[in-house]
Amino acid sequence: MTHLLSILFVAILVENYVFVQFLGICPFLGVSKKLNTAMGMSVAVIFVMVLSTAATYPINKYLLEPNDLEYLQTLVFILVIAALVQLVEIFLKRHMKSLYSALGIFLPLITTNCIVLGVVVLNVQRHYNFAEAMVNSIGGGLGFMLAMFMFSGIRSRIEEANVPDFFKGLPITLVAASLAALSFQGFAGVADNLFK
Amino acid sequence: MSTDKAKVKEVFTRGLIRENPIFRLVLGMCSSLAVSTTLIGALGMSVSVLVVLICSNIVISLLRNFIPNTVRIPAYITVIAGFVTIVQMVIKAFFPEIDGLLGIYLPLIVVNCIILGRAEAFANKNGVLISALDGLSMGLGYTIAMISIAFIRELLGSGTLFGVQVIPASIPPIMLFALPAGGFLVLGILMAVCNRIAEHFGQPKAELGCDSCAAYGRCPAKEFEASQDEAQTDADRKIRKAGARAKRNEEDRK
Repeated sequence: MTHLLSILFVAILVENYVFVQFLGICPFLGVSKKLNTAMGMSVAVIFVMVLSTAATYPINKYLLEPNDLEYLQTLVFILVIAALVQLVEIFLKRHMKSLYSALGIFLPLITTNCIVLGVVVLNVQRHYNFAEAMVNSIGGGLGFMLAMFMFSGIRSRIEEANVPDFFKGLPITLVAASLAALSFQGFAGVADNLFK
Repeated sequence: MSTDKAKVKEVFTRGLIRENPIFRLVLGMCSSLAVSTTLIGALGMSVSVLVVLICSNIVISLLRNFIPNTVRIPAYITVIAGFVTIVQMVIKAFFPEIDGLLGIYLPLIVVNCIILGRAEAFANKNGVLISALDGLSMGLGYTIAMISIAFIRELLGSGTLFGVQVIPASIPPIMLFALPAGGFLVLGILMAVCNRIAEHFGQPKAELGCDSCAAYGRCPAKEFEASQDEAQTDADRKIRKAGARAKRNEEDRK
């Protein structure tokens, strides 16, 4: 149990997928302007990440590994994720209208996002078992949500700040992200001592 | 013939500076931030992206009349993933140390916005040779950006260039630049410099709209924001109406 908790903590804070691993930078910079949109996007990311981990884990374990087909992992994973997202979208549209109106628009954006494929590939590379892989995906998604939440607040302040003209927009956002990333560096020591 | 030559020149020079994928189009940020701590890693990543970009542009351009429009994105992803797998196997076999430096970012080239973006914006509308040239130009533009970020980060962050000690070891390196935070900082500052230069030539600033995600041609999140704004003004109107009604009632009572 402590082991799983430590994986969760590390995934959210120490190895934050946005600030430390640089995954999902496009939606992080593109959709973090407003709190509503940022939260919708984050929930959709968590949803898709957990589902795709659940779907790709058995495929990798029982189909690719026993047959020495590991070199097909990238190809199979991205196709499974794309098909899965499409299926989920159709299912939600048909049977769960309210959930679809909240998350539906973000789903196609997420298919080709590095954070989803990234977490699946990481789970395989670290030889996580099913429970560990699921916890890692949930933690990664929560970490993404934390980053989005922080930044939707920071950006509304930045927009009113008086910065040099050519720094306005993306450059100053990146500099702010750099400071946020630096603060996440501080968690590195905490994890080692917290879950001894 | 002269127009052809002009077009070739136009396509080739565009990706290098004016539409540089990282500094100007803001595509493929994840890998550019992650593997730019060392020049060797940056070069390995750039060459992989260059090869995948040229190959996938050629194949997608060849297939552009056969792929039905509705399933084009999955078809492109399959083509790109095929080439990424080939590059991955070659690097694992011949350059294991570069494979170690790139880690998970090598398979993640599949979802790099540059490659899907060029397939969507260029290769599916143009001939084979010109698409290959576009891939070369964009790939070289990516290389230029990666090398410039990695040059600053490796020099300041560890005092070396291509692993060779340049700044004497007695001067401690600035650790910040080797950390993830340094990636964001260097990219932000370089992008600001590019904005300044672009301003000088009357070009617009680098923007990350949903358009630069390029994967779907339209950004659903934009519509969502618009609908949210609408809902907000609707709600405001209702509150104002209710307030006015309450006021009237109060006045009536008096």
